[in-house]
Amino acid sequence: MTTLHFSSKHKEWRLAYLLLLPALVVFAVFTFYPFLKNFQLALYQNPPYPGLPSHFVGLRQVGSVLSSTDFHQSLLSTLAFVLMVVPVGLLGGLTLAVAAHKQLRGMAVYRTVFSSTVVSSVAVAAVIFGTLMDPVVGLLPWLGINPTPAILSNPTWALPAVSIIAIWQFLGLSFIIMLAGLQSLPEEVLEAARLDGAGTWTQFWRVTIPLLSPTLFFGLVVETIYAFQSFGQIDILIGPQNAPFTHTNVLLYAIYRALSIQNDPGAAAVLSIVLFTITLALTMAQFRFLERRVHYAEA
Amino acid sequence: MPRRDHPVGAARKNKHLRLVLRYTLLSMAAIVILFPIYTAVVNSLLLPSQIAHQPPPLFPAHPQWSSYAKAWNQGHLGIYLRNSAIQTGIIVAGQLVTSILAAYAFAFLDFPFKRTLFIVFLATLMVPFEVTVATNLSTVSSLGWFNTFPGLTVPFLATGFGVFLLRQAFLQIPRDLKEAAQLDGYGHLRFLWSVAIPLARPVIAALGVFSFLGAWNQYLWPLLVTGNDTSVRTVQIGLKELLNTQLDQLNVSLAGTVIAVIPLLILMVVFQKQLVRSLTAGAVK
Repeated sequence: MTTLHFSSKHKEWRLAYLLLLPALVVFAVFTFYPFLKNFQLALYQNPPYPGLPSHFVGLRQVGSVLSSTDFHQSLLSTLAFVLMVVPVGLLGGLTLAVAAHKQLRGMAVYRTVFSSTVVSSVAVAAVIFGTLMDPVVGLLPWLGINPTPAILSNPTWALPAVSIIAIWQFLGLSFIIMLAGLQSLPEEVLEAARLDGAGTWTQFWRVTIPLLSPTLFFGLVVETIYAFQSFGQIDILIGPQNAPFTHTNVLLYAIYRALSIQNDPGAAAVLSIVLFTITLALTMAQFRFLERRVHYAEA
Repeated sequence: MPRRDHPVGAARKNKHLRLVLRYTLLSMAAIVILFPIYTAVVNSLLLPSQIAHQPPPLFPAHPQWSSYAKAWNQGHLGIYLRNSAIQTGIIVAGQLVTSILAAYAFAFLDFPFKRTLFIVFLATLMVPFEVTVATNLSTVSSLGWFNTFPGLTVPFLATGFGVFLLRQAFLQIPRDLKEAAQLDGYGHLRFLWSVAIPLARPVIAALGVFSFLGAWNQYLWPLLVTGNDTSVRTVQIGLKELLNTQLDQLNVSLAGTVIAVIPLLILMVVFQKQLVRSLTAGAVK
């Protein structure tokens, strides 16, 4: 406002900085500093015994972590996990949303049920599914399926098993995102397609899916980022002492293990930078896509 | 919805069939999704010997509530639940306060480096917390915050997502309202408290529910920062402990699970609209 004179303008500045300060302090100490510190930690090797000073090794540690078979195995496990969880979670959420989209009697109940898994924590989901997958009291022996070793100690089946838990958890989030997307579609366009004589399937594939593509893409990116950050199911149900551990040592678990079991912040820092790079690439892809959508809509 | 009458009986029959099919599909999906939770509740009310019975009983004929007492007392879930409530309360309150204050500055005030600072806030969204744990762990321990509520909560007292969400909400408030309030002698803080916050309440509620969900379900950080100390252990870590120590008593672990999830189910049913709004912020419009 033009009526503000010099001192009150300064007052406004001061107030603004004061209001930003609490959040800025938290971000500075717990987001930016540790983020940047990763790049320094990555260059220092930790001593084999705690108490000794860590020493500068330059990029040698980065190279040795990135070229280790542990890391490659971990990356492969993470990718396999993400590829099992995200597509099934997304398609499942989309199917449920399409089924529950119509305003019909009782739909509110179905919507609540389908959204419900979003509130369950990893620990809750892990304990529940751990019971269902138990070789003695679980569902599988009842169904006559009895792999040896038991499913969660089985190198082949452990990762698919924990993926099922994550899919169940993601279903609620997928459903919520997809339903919101469906409900925001312009009714006139769908109606026009119907009047043009498009069948249900044609309408779905030719009109609904293209219009829904920003939502689908948002769901894809958000769930992929979440999937890269999963590890609680594995920590609770498998743990590092079990045989199939090397096949389920996803990236985040590797970070956790480097920190709390191996006492190796240097390796943890290198792995953190890898995780950050993946997240950044996904977020950038999301922005690029949205930008293109906006231009497309304007043209 | 416009209702069209089909004079042809076959078309109506077809429509009826479709409706039946849709409800069948919906109900089957609902059963599959609820089945794991249902079995957890049932098994928590059975004796360990009954759980191992094949085929497993699908209904507890004689519910054994003692498993809940055991999880609550011997499993310390009562204490862990209280700890989770304190931890979550601090994080939700903190995130709301810091987000409201910062969002107000970005929405209503002019100051040097406003754009740059806003980009700095947005940049925090690019850094997942998992990426910062290595250093945060040593920061927290050098502050002497290991096994304390500050250690559990302070790193989460600000959120870039919250600032962004609330700034958008504040920007929706008509400028005229601000000028009118100024003419009435409202200072910034009074305007914030009695005009901006009430008008942005739906979005603030959505952020609150979102923060609650995130804080309550945290796993990695509480696991790292509460170590072997049980005094501030949260309920999620308590569940892991319960499963590891009571392997022969699965009903107790499952009772603990049911206890841990109940607060969230209540939250979900009461605040479904707010939860949906926060989870889809950024997806649709």
